[in-house]
Amino acid sequence: MGSDRGCAVDSLASMPITRDEVAHLARLARLALSEQELDHFAGQLDVIISSVARVQEVAAEGIPPTTHALPISNVYRDDVLTDCLGTRAALDQAPAAEQDRFRVPRILDED
Amino acid sequence: MTEVAPALVSYDEAISRYEPVIGLETHVELGTVTKMFCGCSTVFGAEPNSAVCPVCLGLPGSLPVANRTAIEYTIRIGLALNCSIASWCRFARKNYFYPDMPKDFQISQYDEPLCTDGWLDVTVDETVVRVGIERVHLEEDTGKSLHIGGATGRIHGADYSLVDYNRAGIPLVEVVTKPVPGTGALAPVVARAYVTELRDLLRSLGVSDVRMEEGSLRCDVNTSIAPRGSGTWGTRTETKNVNSLRSVERAVRFEIERQAGVLDTGGRVVQETRHFHEETGTTTAGRSKEEAQDYRYFPEPDLVPVAPSAEWVEQIRASLPEFPAARRARLQREWGLSDLDMAALRNAGALDLVAETVAAGASPEQARNWWLGELARRANETGADLAALPVTPAQVARVSELVASGALNSKLARQVLDGVLAGEGSPDEIVAARGLAVVSDDGALLAAIDQAIAANPEVADTIRSGKTAAAGVLIGVVMKATRGQADATRARELILQRLAEPG
Amino acid sequence: MAATELTRMTAAELAAKIASGETSAVDVTRAHLDRIAAVDSKVHAFLHVAPEAALAAAGAVDARRAAGEPLGPLAGVPLVLKDLFTTTDMPTTCGSRILEGWRPPYDATITTRLRRAGIVILGKANMDEFAMGSSTENSAFGPSHNPWDLSRVPGGSSGGSSAAVTAFEVPLGLGTDTGGSIRQPAAVCGIVGTKPTYGGSSRYGVVAFASSLDTPGPLARNVLDAALLHEVMSGHDPCDSTSIDAPVPPVVAAARQADVSGLRVGVVTELGGEGYQPGVLGRFTEAVELLESLGAKVTEVSCPHFTYALPAYYLIAPSECSSNLARYDGMRYGLRVGDDGTRSAEEVMSLTRDAGFGAEVKRRIMLGTYALSSGYYDAYYGKAQQVRTLIARDFDAAFEQVDVLVSPTTPTTAFPIGERADDPMAMYLADLCTIPSDLAGNAAISVPCGLAPEDGLPVGLQIMAPVLADDRLYRVGAAVEAALDQRRGHPLLDDAKGLKGEGEVGGK
Repeated sequence: MGSDRGCAVDSLASMPITRDEVAHLARLARLALSEQELDHFAGQLDVIISSVARVQEVAAEGIPPTTHALPISNVYRDDVLTDCLGTRAALDQAPAAEQDRFRVPRILDED
Repeated sequence: MTEVAPALVSYDEAISRYEPVIGLETHVELGTVTKMFCGCSTVFGAEPNSAVCPVCLGLPGSLPVANRTAIEYTIRIGLALNCSIASWCRFARKNYFYPDMPKDFQISQYDEPLCTDGWLDVTVDETVVRVGIERVHLEEDTGKSLHIGGATGRIHGADYSLVDYNRAGIPLVEVVTKPVPGTGALAPVVARAYVTELRDLLRSLGVSDVRMEEGSLRCDVNTSIAPRGSGTWGTRTETKNVNSLRSVERAVRFEIERQAGVLDTGGRVVQETRHFHEETGTTTAGRSKEEAQDYRYFPEPDLVPVAPSAEWVEQIRASLPEFPAARRARLQREWGLSDLDMAALRNAGALDLVAETVAAGASPEQARNWWLGELARRANETGADLAALPVTPAQVARVSELVASGALNSKLARQVLDGVLAGEGSPDEIVAARGLAVVSDDGALLAAIDQAIAANPEVADTIRSGKTAAAGVLIGVVMKATRGQADATRARELILQRLAEPG
Repeated sequence: MAATELTRMTAAELAAKIASGETSAVDVTRAHLDRIAAVDSKVHAFLHVAPEAALAAAGAVDARRAAGEPLGPLAGVPLVLKDLFTTTDMPTTCGSRILEGWRPPYDATITTRLRRAGIVILGKANMDEFAMGSSTENSAFGPSHNPWDLSRVPGGSSGGSSAAVTAFEVPLGLGTDTGGSIRQPAAVCGIVGTKPTYGGSSRYGVVAFASSLDTPGPLARNVLDAALLHEVMSGHDPCDSTSIDAPVPPVVAAARQADVSGLRVGVVTELGGEGYQPGVLGRFTEAVELLESLGAKVTEVSCPHFTYALPAYYLIAPSECSSNLARYDGMRYGLRVGDDGTRSAEEVMSLTRDAGFGAEVKRRIMLGTYALSSGYYDAYYGKAQQVRTLIARDFDAAFEQVDVLVSPTTPTTAFPIGERADDPMAMYLADLCTIPSDLAGNAAISVPCGLAPEDGLPVGLQIMAPVLADDRLYRVGAAVEAALDQRRGHPLLDDAKGLKGEGEVGGK
């Protein structure tokens, strides 16, 4: 996977992560970080990323990725109905509900 | 941000100077009983949030399990589109935040789709266009939002939204075409014909009810243009909210005109997502995003690979039905029709009706005559579709049979159909109720014939003198007397017989 | 039977006495509830205690026994669940503000299995928020305390479960292990903790941190109890696509067998040396010598890619967690912040997550988002998954030569609360030895192997076995335990200065 996402691997290990990049990550991850948090995390993430970047030292040409201890495949269920939660249970702990639906704040982006 | 509309370029003008390339992404909601990853019902129109469970609500701790039938249906679609079926592939997570997505990621497929590299032939005006299919993959649908507070019920200007997750998790197959160049002025029509053909194919496979108006078939249209002969392709736009076949055609047409206007004034076509407006037939730009979406795809760790065995794929292949194109070709052969005749049938929406009428016993010629003649006329009068007329192919076949046997003549047959359309009952019931049977009883005929002869002595003499053509006049009188129900052929025979008798 | 006697018994003993009628499940539950009431204000192992539900469940076991129905091997035995197993009758917070008070509408498969087995769930245990941490200091509700020394951490992320078992509040605990979160707390608390083969027990209803690594597992004060719980909780679940459709390895039989003569044991070269506390290495070496004296054949085995396990883990786990935790957006359940009617959904999501998540969770979410970003995927996540394959191959090669591998469970004994809280990298080092088995998915256990002389705190011996050979862990673990208990003359926990009798957390 990701064969079309190549980039200059060698340079990544030495690239420090900037405060702006951290701010960008926070936006992507929907985290409204304060300025102090941004400063704090930028420094820590820089150290961590440099450390985990060590994986690039490993020569792994042609090595397949592993995602499971056992090579399981083709696990399916039959197309038969099972019990639902019911509307009340579903909405039970919704922060806000209206007309049997979850009420959410106004959405900006058209999907 | 209001869009400044560039000067409009007419379609003919645009197409004379630019070459379009189109592409289509179609989402099909599969007609499985349950959702893609859980056992909740997929029935359309259920009470909000009544068909949800921890899995399709994405509750903490929930896990997906793949619906085997959905996989099978996807393979069916891939095979019908002449694709290669992957021997091993995985689901992937497409990560983005949106309130109608319970997990804030969608389980989909990324660079390992289940089916790849196929085609679908589409006929437009006797030209066959081979539309390449890039990929067919499987994913889960999102919930549905109602936007409250805005003027139009759309997102812009809304105060808040209400989300129903019944639809979340329904299996969705995405069919992506390769770009289709070389269609020239026919581009909008080809786009529409492709969606139509795809829809018919999917229906014949029994994998979806493919109703665009219910959202079980959704279409995004990609359009780009480049100056004729430039040898390059232009920047493409993606148009969403294309909710009918007609809209597909209109959207492509408008985009070609709009993009021509942009290029003509020296501008650049922006690669963006646009929204089609049914009422005006135009497109407008979506909210511009600061950066292109990075979905951070990675293989779905909660699911294991899908590795359909060769046996299973062959089993599915063997169970495929006759495809619409093959069926049309077969019917054309069987009925001995020209391409033009066949096209006329399709354009009138009469193909299936005629086929069913033939299956119910009528001859192809008779079936065609009724549907393309009398019934088409009635449909036009009321502005309805042929298929919407309140008469069934079986009933048409029965009327046709009654005419063939001589029980009805064509005038009477039309009256019977009137009755059926008016809801009076079946053809036989109407014949009985209205007494519309052809009168072949010699006794009744002779009575009317004798009266006609007595009332027209000169005509009778003319016939006696050998000018048998004049019998037509007497037949007319007999017809009138019997309210058109006389068996004309028998009447003629009897008239001549009668007048040949001495005295 | 005196309450203190009941809380001192093993799970196996309790089950036997309940089954024989010597005591009742209700009495056993009461005794443990009393113990919790007496000491948990100091240990803070529990986030939620459910006395009524527990007594009702205990009563049901007694009723079944009275009706002559057969009882399972752990019927009536109390247990604490790490607070990321969903329970319909108790909140499930995952140690986070964002799920504070959340009541799941469904039980985890494991929860259901435990209940069906007659195990009495006393409550939910404290943990590092969303299982991210090695000390339980990342809990939004305050840390738990190590019963050996209340100023020290009980390990993490299953620190609450571990502390509860150690303090005799419950004989059994359930945790999850993603990078070492069962074994490391077990080691620093002087108890037994197992990470079964990945997929060996169901993850349905186990709130996800890193899907391809999370493994629910047992915590107990001795090897047999852990084996009994391992057997009850494990097995295939059709609701979990990654669960293994194969019989549970015979762990209980192996625990009773406890014989290592002829067994080939490999000491992993890369898991030791610099950075390891001398007392930890000392006790480890003694444990290895003990194995030899019991008849095992010990050799040294090199697993060269193990040195890359930590960086690979800290790419894979955050990547998966950044995606798993996206659902906590304030739209459907849990905390919602900032919805004043003017803000957009995007803003409310961001404010909610900033308020609801702690620092470590935010760090890992951002790290994961980074590693999965377009342009970085191949170099980070993609590469880490390849390193994972190489680590699995190191294990395969090693297991050609030996039956089990051993190492210290964690480089140091329990560190003081606060010592590493502001130093993420230092905290991550606690997982050095445990991470390889999480990445490869094979089975691993930590059993106590003594106290470090410099601080008198517990040291854990880690035993690793091939995929689906979980029974070997118990065979070796039981042998070591028996030999050490015999040598010592009493169970290890009797030495805990902090573990005294009723009303006191520690000692005897």
